[in-house]
Amino acid sequence: MADTLRVNPINCSGHGVCAELLPELISLDEWGYPIVDSRPVPAFLDRDARRAVAACPTLALKLTRN
Amino acid sequence: MSGTTAFWYASRATGIVALLLLTVVLVLGILVNRQGRLPGLPRFAVTSLHRNISLLAVAFIAAHVLTAVLDSYVSIPLLSGVIPFASGYERLWLSLGAIAFDLMLAMILTSLVRGRLNRTLWRAVHLLAYLCWPIAFAHSIGSSKDLQHGWMLDLAVGCALMVAVAVSWRLVSAARQLPRAGRVAALLAHHGAAPGTRGPQERISR
Amino acid sequence: MTTTVNEPATGGAARPAAGLPRLLPLVPGLPEDLRAHLGRYGRPPYRGGPGLLINAIQAAGLTGRGGAAFPVHRKLAVVAGARGRKVIVANGAESEPASHKDDLLLRVAPNLVLDGLQLAAEAVGASEAYLYLHPGHHPELLRAFAERSAAGIDWLQVTLAEAPPRFLAGQESAVVNRLGGGPALPTFVPPRVSDRGLGGAPTLVQNVETLAHIAHIARYGPRWFRALGTDTEPGSMLTTVHHAHGDSQVIEAEMGAPLRALLADQAEAQAVLIGGFHGTWLPISQAAATTLDNQALKKHGAAVGAGLIAALPADRCGLAEAARVTRYLAAESAGQCGPCLNGLPSIAGGLAELAGPRPRRQTRENVERWAGLVTGRGACNHPDGTVRFVRSALKVFARELTRHEQGRCSATNRRPFLPLPQGMPTTEDDWT
Repeated sequence: MADTLRVNPINCSGHGVCAELLPELISLDEWGYPIVDSRPVPAFLDRDARRAVAACPTLALKLTRN
Repeated sequence: MSGTTAFWYASRATGIVALLLLTVVLVLGILVNRQGRLPGLPRFAVTSLHRNISLLAVAFIAAHVLTAVLDSYVSIPLLSGVIPFASGYERLWLSLGAIAFDLMLAMILTSLVRGRLNRTLWRAVHLLAYLCWPIAFAHSIGSSKDLQHGWMLDLAVGCALMVAVAVSWRLVSAARQLPRAGRVAALLAHHGAAPGTRGPQERISR
Repeated sequence: MTTTVNEPATGGAARPAAGLPRLLPLVPGLPEDLRAHLGRYGRPPYRGGPGLLINAIQAAGLTGRGGAAFPVHRKLAVVAGARGRKVIVANGAESEPASHKDDLLLRVAPNLVLDGLQLAAEAVGASEAYLYLHPGHHPELLRAFAERSAAGIDWLQVTLAEAPPRFLAGQESAVVNRLGGGPALPTFVPPRVSDRGLGGAPTLVQNVETLAHIAHIARYGPRWFRALGTDTEPGSMLTTVHHAHGDSQVIEAEMGAPLRALLADQAEAQAVLIGGFHGTWLPISQAAATTLDNQALKKHGAAVGAGLIAALPADRCGLAEAARVTRYLAAESAGQCGPCLNGLPSIAGGLAELAGPRPRRQTRENVERWAGLVTGRGACNHPDGTVRFVRSALKVFARELTRHEQGRCSATNRRPFLPLPQGMPTTEDDWT
């Protein structure tokens, strides 16, 4: 029942808050845009993942059920 | 007209703090939008502070309204905190306060359910911030003589200046920002690949 | 096999011989009016209800001829199975600068396309139909509309819609975006347009050549359709072939046909671009030895795509050609997604340097790094397709790159080969 993270690249403006809150799964490319680990979110990171999703200023980061 | 009870003092105090907090929230909101940073702090600090201070401001305004209502010297009905023209006392100025508070509640409530809301609708409501602050400011200046002289006047002027500077920066920054359709062209030129550039193959020797 | 002329049909109902040509007319250039069309094919064989044609299309094994090669019956089934209002769009916006097979089809066989549109509309239960194409002179198409309207043979009225001259204008979600009044920019998926498209209604977007094949399958059945082609990729397809000597022509070929039968002058060619500008370069030796089907082409990392087959003459510089196209592809980015907006111009700049004298070693590595960074990180396939094109060019023209690093170039002809439009989009209006 694990969720996966996805970015809507159209809405993403490269703010970078997600990478700060979830460095285990999200890093930034050389232009400041998130590279998101597409594997299911491990249970111990679930809360941090939700926090990152909520913190995105453009709501570009989503957590989707598999 | 000033009273002497503790409630009245508390109302004025929470009011001035609320104005300060609202000023900070607006400036932080602009900072979030422009992807600005607070020196020494991570990016999520800007977004978190914006959110948390706005909630703190609501709490202070709730206290501001409650203490004003509880004060027995003037009669202010509780509902006048959110409904304009419900108070006989200083009707105009208090109405402005109610309107500003309503706008704030709209912004915060829509932000809380942001994930389920249409993006354009959320943004339209959130833009009301630029209407909300001046109304709150007018309410502050007009409903009590406090801000009309002394250090509190300086404070009020300081807040107005901060907002003016922040909004000006916001407008200038947006005007200088390339529209989507022009960004690719600019980047291509930057990387030496604009159409019409003489191909480097012209200079290759056999 | 690609040049057999089949026996002319004796009447609308008679099943023609299974050979070629199928979509293109028997006599090239002969204008076809509705009377001639009805005389050859008869009226569109409506089934009388939605869903009934889809089984035939599944049995026929038809895949989309717009570039994605998606099984047509599946898309039809999704839309047919949905509830409520449904929309169908005939996608005639041939956005590949080097391809003109859809343009030709709309000129020489518009009624075939329109038959297919009507039959597919009935099959999915659509209540709105659009034909989306680039601005231009379409007298044959307009005549077909007028004649069909007068004859009353259409199930649905078709609205003509204009596509801006953008490479991405024919992308499925961009089509729906444009039809909805917005710019022809791709949108984020999910939801797919077949689930939620124009005005929220499930929308079937089908390439015009695919619709023409649907018209044939509806009349002659899956067995007839499968008489040509391979088991997994049956039927025929339209290709736009650019010969090394400079001419280009649209050739209707059987799926699985050897590419060397399509290329006129292989001796003069060094490499072949297959599919489109999102396609793959192959060295001429590989191209001449392979066939026009995805099963064979996949082994070389290629696909039939939009049917472009362009043979680069041996006297050109492959890197210069690739750099020109990459610059075009970068300029045509929607600019909506950070990685594509930044990555494609960087890659284009890198290719421009590699196409010149003494490129820096670092540039080759940078291009590969950027290629990896943009793949899969846009809302549409534009960055992925561009990367496929670039990587295959760098592989096929690797020897040329070595020469460039030494300050030499083997080209004796500097004239551009692949056709590219002038100018690039700079304002919002360029996308509407």
